[in-house]
Amino acid sequence: MATETRTTQGAPPPGGVSISLSDPTFRAIVYQILVVGAVVLVGWFLVSNTLDNLARRSIATGYDFLGREAAFGIGESLIDYSPKDTYGRAFLVGVLNTLKVSVIGILLATIIGTLIGVARLSSNWLIAKLASTYVEIIRNIPPLLQLFFWYALVSDGLPPVRQALNPIPGVFLSQRGLRVPVPAPDPVWANMGIALLVGILAAWGVSRWARARQDRTGQLFPAGWTGLGLIIGLPILTWLAGGAPLAMDVPKLTGFNFTGGAAISPEFFAILTGLTLYTAAFIAEVVRSGITAVNWGQTEAARALGLPGGPTLRLVILPQALRVIVPPLTSQYLNLMKNSSLALAIGYPDLVSIANTTLNQTGQAIEGVTMIMGTYLVISLSISIFMNWYNKRIALVER
Amino acid sequence: MTDNVQSVGLPDERPPANTVGPIAWLRSNLFNSWYNAILTILVLALLVSAIPPFVGWLLVNAHGFDSNSTVCRQDAGGACWGFIGEKLRFIMFGMFPWDEQWRPLLTIGIFIALLVASCDRRFWKPWFGLVWAAGLTLVAILMWGGVFGLTYVENTLWGGLPLTIILSVIGLAVAFPVSILLALGRRSDMPAVKVLCVTYIELIRGVPLISLLFMASVMLPLFLPNGVSVDKLLRAQIAFIMFAAAYMAEAIRGGLQAIPKGQYEAADGLGLSYWQKMRKIILPQALAIAIPPLVNTFISFFKDTSLVIIIGLYDLLGTAKAALSDPSWRGFYREAYLFIGVIYWIFCFSMSKYSQKLERDLNRGHRR
Repeated sequence: MATETRTTQGAPPPGGVSISLSDPTFRAIVYQILVVGAVVLVGWFLVSNTLDNLARRSIATGYDFLGREAAFGIGESLIDYSPKDTYGRAFLVGVLNTLKVSVIGILLATIIGTLIGVARLSSNWLIAKLASTYVEIIRNIPPLLQLFFWYALVSDGLPPVRQALNPIPGVFLSQRGLRVPVPAPDPVWANMGIALLVGILAAWGVSRWARARQDRTGQLFPAGWTGLGLIIGLPILTWLAGGAPLAMDVPKLTGFNFTGGAAISPEFFAILTGLTLYTAAFIAEVVRSGITAVNWGQTEAARALGLPGGPTLRLVILPQALRVIVPPLTSQYLNLMKNSSLALAIGYPDLVSIANTTLNQTGQAIEGVTMIMGTYLVISLSISIFMNWYNKRIALVER
Repeated sequence: MTDNVQSVGLPDERPPANTVGPIAWLRSNLFNSWYNAILTILVLALLVSAIPPFVGWLLVNAHGFDSNSTVCRQDAGGACWGFIGEKLRFIMFGMFPWDEQWRPLLTIGIFIALLVASCDRRFWKPWFGLVWAAGLTLVAILMWGGVFGLTYVENTLWGGLPLTIILSVIGLAVAFPVSILLALGRRSDMPAVKVLCVTYIELIRGVPLISLLFMASVMLPLFLPNGVSVDKLLRAQIAFIMFAAAYMAEAIRGGLQAIPKGQYEAADGLGLSYWQKMRKIILPQALAIAIPPLVNTFISFFKDTSLVIIIGLYDLLGTAKAALSDPSWRGFYREAYLFIGVIYWIFCFSMSKYSQKLERDLNRGHRR
């Protein structure tokens, strides 16, 4: 009896929605109206409170402040900046600093993480244990604590500028960070950059041509070596053609600080080291699980087909391991990028730190926090979109 | 033919010395190829050069817990545990009144007991929720006081390890039901609900926790009606709940996705309503699958509570940093960070070991 009523009541009449709560379609519409209504109501409550509070405290709204003079200095910047510049430009400096530490951090963490992940699978007991000790220690300590430690190590543990350590001639380590010699300015360096780019493009072209030829004729062409030669050889040729300049810009102690050379600030060192080592431990686990996910039978099958070690790894193991590795790797990259906001705690001028100064000076908290969140969302979405595209490219093509 | 078959077995020969025993172990694990031999020697050299100085600093040349900073500065060859000796109670309990510090100590004990008991699967019963509720009430009484003859302690004075544990455990407990709703909403057929849940989850997961803490500390006062104010601790707690809910929702969604479609169809076939289906059929299975990732979320969440230092709360990291700013103890950051690092490590490492064990146990049930 009960089931009978349920089925008859539950079924929508042919050709439309019945106005009754026992009709699932109608019920879904009612629920959604209720939920959306509640969200809109809460939103309206918050917005009206905020407007009321802003008016009461006479806080300006809008992004006009971005065009005003910032009047605060920034320790390090990739573009020209002085306190006379606008808040907008200061924020741009912050975004670039965040991107700088994220990009370098992601590259280094990937390299170190891969090495440690492979080391954990090593047949050498000592190496495997050492790698897993590293992973277990680093993963279980808060990243902020690690940043504080690295920062204290540089700013407290190293000698003042005057007694700077000089481990290699020209390299100075002090409380103000690391100073290294860089090649003196010369037009040949820019040309070498162009040559490198041309080399990479040419190597890519050669590999495409080689693959097409192999598909057509079956003849092999050493595309890898040719490509490597192009990528390394072209810049070296450019350097030689430009007169092979060797002059270096060596840092010198003048007065209370160094001049010349390139500087790595203690803040940048601390945030980069901390983030890289922390994320590397997670990437190591991702790499390890990716490699162990490929069945040993795959290696045996490749050997049985007569493939040597190198191509086995490149053509059989890696394509399958990468499918497992890429999605969690993406989230590690995103984590590193988001964790770079910890820079605020040690005074590296990333976008959060600069937005924080801005919102303290202008009092426009809502705009400041919105700018932080908006920028991170844009960066996060870009990394996700790129990695999803890459993941789709390497995904298993199923029938 | 039968003559060739021996009816009495010979006593087992000992295997040759290079296939069993320590020498064989060394050969197969450390020196099985020329590059592994080189690596082994390099690593051994590294360990020999690194471990003795570290042990020397940590123990041999170290000054005891009763030393003072003057002695330590004169002979800087070893760790100065006098720093921890003097600042231990401040680092552990923050600015909680000195004579009342047995209360936060007891709080830590209660939390650890509850967490350890929760690890036992025999206690995964509805009545254990009541035990937790009783434990949390006891914690609230101990920390705030004001009843049973305990003096009232404002929550601005809370700090150290109890604050770290309170922020993470309360955050998790409140975020858990919210995250279930969010995960169900994300898998819902209703487009409006789905869009709302997806937007919330992706928005929170796309921004760093710091920006949420900022939002809670500078924007929340603007959101509330004039005259209503929320104290700093609660604001941080709200940010943590919002953050944890989004991440836990993703862990639970993973569990929901792992449930075969047949389970949903069978529940529908029995004529169960949506909530009956979820409560009796789907969620019990999905949550069991989601527990290991949930524990992992909890570990990262526990580490992330250290960020409250940025909005001016004194959790374990905050008190250690504050202890370091004492002029007479400046520069003893190695001792301070090592000490609290070990505390964080013990918590996180035991939780991650537990999560691995759980994963093995639960997988065993799934395999035929």
